Amino acid sequence: MNRIQTKLQEDKKLLSIYFTAGYPHLNDTVTIIQDLEKSGVDMIEIGLPFSDPLADGPTIQASSTQALKNGMTTEVLFNQLKDIRKSVNIPLIIMGYFNPILQYGVEAFCKKCQEVGIDGLIIPDLPVDVYHDDYKSTFETYGLINVFLITPQTSDDRIHFIDSVSNGFIYMVSSASVTGSQSGFGVENTTYFERIANMNLKNPQIIGFGISDHKTFTQATEYAKGAIIGSAFIKFLSDTSVNAIHEFVKAIKN
Amino acid sequence: MNYNVNEKGYYGVFGGAFIPEMLYPNVEELRQKYLDVMAEPDFKKEFNQLLKDYVGRPSPLYFAKRLSKKYNTKIYLKREDLNHTGAHKINNTIGQILMAQRLGKTRIIAETGAGQHGVATATVCALMGLECIVYMGEIDIARQAPNVARMKMLGAKVVPALSGSRTLKDATNEAIRDWINNPINTHYIIGSAIGPHPYPDMVTRFQSVISEEIKWQLKEQEGRENPDYVVACIGGGSNAAGTYYHFLHEPDVKIIAVEAAGLGVNSGESAATSILGKEGIIHGCKTLLMQTTDGQITEPYSISAGLDYPGVGPMHAHLAKTGRAEFMAITDDEAMTAGLELCQLEGIIPAIESSHALAIFEQRTFKPDEVVVVSLSGRGDKDLDTYIKYFKL
Repeated sequence: MNRIQTKLQEDKKLLSIYFTAGYPHLNDTVTIIQDLEKSGVDMIEIGLPFSDPLADGPTIQASSTQALKNGMTTEVLFNQLKDIRKSVNIPLIIMGYFNPILQYGVEAFCKKCQEVGIDGLIIPDLPVDVYHDDYKSTFETYGLINVFLITPQTSDDRIHFIDSVSNGFIYMVSSASVTGSQSGFGVENTTYFERIANMNLKNPQIIGFGISDHKTFTQATEYAKGAIIGSAFIKFLSDTSVNAIHEFVKAIKN
Repeated sequence: MNYNVNEKGYYGVFGGAFIPEMLYPNVEELRQKYLDVMAEPDFKKEFNQLLKDYVGRPSPLYFAKRLSKKYNTKIYLKREDLNHTGAHKINNTIGQILMAQRLGKTRIIAETGAGQHGVATATVCALMGLECIVYMGEIDIARQAPNVARMKMLGAKVVPALSGSRTLKDATNEAIRDWINNPINTHYIIGSAIGPHPYPDMVTRFQSVISEEIKWQLKEQEGRENPDYVVACIGGGSNAAGTYYHFLHEPDVKIIAVEAAGLGVNSGESAATSILGKEGIIHGCKTLLMQTTDGQITEPYSISAGLDYPGVGPMHAHLAKTGRAEFMAITDDEAMTAGLELCQLEGIIPAIESSHALAIFEQRTFKPDEVVVVSLSGRGDKDLDTYIKYFKL
């Protein structure tokens, strides 16, 4: 069983953290992953930086631009991760846009992911239909779980289709927005969270976009299996230091 | 061979809709409805009426006598420069604003590089009384001040794109992010034959009025509908798509696409995407684009602000790959010289984009009885500053 699937079976609400590989410094990747695990984080999304991240707000964009300037590439990331499974046990997911993966070669990329111990992928601009028709079998050959996004505007039919194609969790985008653009949840958000919770999907849901602190984490996980924090963590890294990661996680978990 | 889009949204291997899920409902709504809406008699009537009375169509097909004499062939210029707002861009914005209205949208967003598409969008928004937000790279805002002022006079809000390289591709990213943030009331008027399906096809259809007119205009003047060559410059490729559309499946019509070579194709400062680009994904479609080996999108260069897009529309990528179109690359210097030549031989100051198309006559010989139709996509008023600096006028 894939580490993501095992983790999802634990009887607890999951905290997942996103960071951009190569930010703030090129070689922070392994330290950040190890510290996040030590601090009690349940799952990590490693951002593969892209020059044109369409679904991201200013914070993650800036971190991607900086990471690329620092020299991050697909090859560099895989090299940094080559021994990661000697020290880290929690599920690791690579989140990246499709073009760099396409240039690396989709199959070569998946193979490399399996070699270093990556458990899943989130590719926001690879639509579920294209994945289903062209890439599903490749991902499965290399034991990778692909995670799809849904939003408040996604129709029930499409959610059911996404659920049928998924075999890990569904990434629930909390509202119509790019990353890092809102603070706090209102009735509109929670109504949507409830609607999805009541659909009895086969895959558990993890909520992302707009989770930034203990309060929003608690709110989101009332309705879902877990929550993902991205921009707030990137902001923390730029404001404080890689050495203080445990403080960030502690504040979220309270 | 089919050169039009297929039912899945592809031109051969190019095209598709590689978009984040957040955009899916909007793009899917458009995909399901655009052909039906465009086929409605009311829509057609209003579109054609506005093209006639507001844009000033049909644009003339002008036989350029002195230019033809110099190059010893028959050169016709399709005068898109005479359209309201000074370029072909308005054909598409008129079509898309009518589309937006029929989809019940009340807020319009657009990206712009040099500002021509921004002005054309601000114009139709003023015409229809709709809110208009135009994203423009911070660097472009600084170097295209008159067009920024035009957009503001027309009531648009111009928002600087501060991310990445702060030019056209980043303005497009910002417009897409705005659409993600405003999924219900907003329509995104893309200005070129790029983006996720159905945009390349929709924009091409709105621009196809160019080749539709060429056919009957040439029949009147030459007694035949088909020229030997159709020629257009290509950035994203909307004027080219419109110029080629009705000739794509006419094998006796040869197609020439002219890209900006900038300082030279291999100089590192170029926008010749068909040569320098590789298959990849940009702004929601699979096409040829300029990128690093690692798949990061790179910044193109051309003296012409309308041609420095790192990708090319998926239809054009298909025309390049299949060999249906011949691609030529014209440098800054060659284009500027051709632009000045048109001023002096025909009394027409062309946009620098269009000057690239005119520059092919120095590089390539045509027979005396061959008919070559060149799309004069825009007028040069917006480029005066560049002409002044270049020729030290």
